[in-house]
Amino acid sequence: MVDQSAVGRSFTPVTARVEPGRLRFFLDTLGETNPVYRDGSAAPVPPTYLFCLEMMDATVPFEFLTALGIDLARVLHGEQRFDYHAPVVVGDTLTFHPRVTGVTDKKGGAMTLIVVDTPVTNQNGVHVADVSRTIVVRNARPS
Amino acid sequence: MSSAPAVGDRIVHKEFPPITRHRLALYCGASGDHNPIHVDIDFAKAAGFPDVFAHGMLVMGYLGQALTDAVAPSRIRSFSTRFAAITQLGAALTCEGTVTELIEQGGEKRAKLALTTKDQNGEIKLAGEAIIAL
Repeated sequence: MVDQSAVGRSFTPVTARVEPGRLRFFLDTLGETNPVYRDGSAAPVPPTYLFCLEMMDATVPFEFLTALGIDLARVLHGEQRFDYHAPVVVGDTLTFHPRVTGVTDKKGGAMTLIVVDTPVTNQNGVHVADVSRTIVVRNARPS
Repeated sequence: MSSAPAVGDRIVHKEFPPITRHRLALYCGASGDHNPIHVDIDFAKAAGFPDVFAHGMLVMGYLGQALTDAVAPSRIRSFSTRFAAITQLGAALTCEGTVTELIEQGGEKRAKLALTTKDQNGEIKLAGEAIIAL
């Protein structure tokens, strides 16, 4: 089971480019027709897209789960937060720096909540956003 | 938004078509979230679920779409949600957002919105918040 020793663990930074074709696939999948997102080369990205970029270009998918010894089948998404500090547009290259900032046991150890905070910077070194995810691990009950 | 909202105004409202297996497969590819629990029924059953279910971030993506129908993406300062319940196949989601507070923050006038996503039975799937610049 993941314990407090995981707090402070950081993982391989992920660098991802906001590519128009991949973004179009995302927009079409969600049935997104808002013209603001298809407005040429400097179109903004949808508010949850940062989460996708990090997953798409991770060299080690689900690295934080593997590194902490968590079975993917036992994970649910508990909470998600985005704080936006500067615009992110098509063509940007972003770097994600994930780090564990919290581990909390719930329900007498039946569940563990793990918070991973991820500052995001762009190709100019501008801190554009902070992404925070809380995952819920359904721990195996001792038999 | 064309005019300043007031506390209590429901400025976000959008309904989405029922979630299909096909949509989950597309979202798997489009989002980079290849967790098989959302697309492989064998994997989902082995993990103790009756069937595959929607990615939380697909549902948050719909909520984000409803939000940016009402508010330009450049005006969103933060967007957060709690995933209150699993969203099942076939769920027809309704996303809503209501102004709860008008604030001054970071040298600008902002509004705080309470956001919800419910299924066709009225069950809350997502309960969230956004802060937007006015």
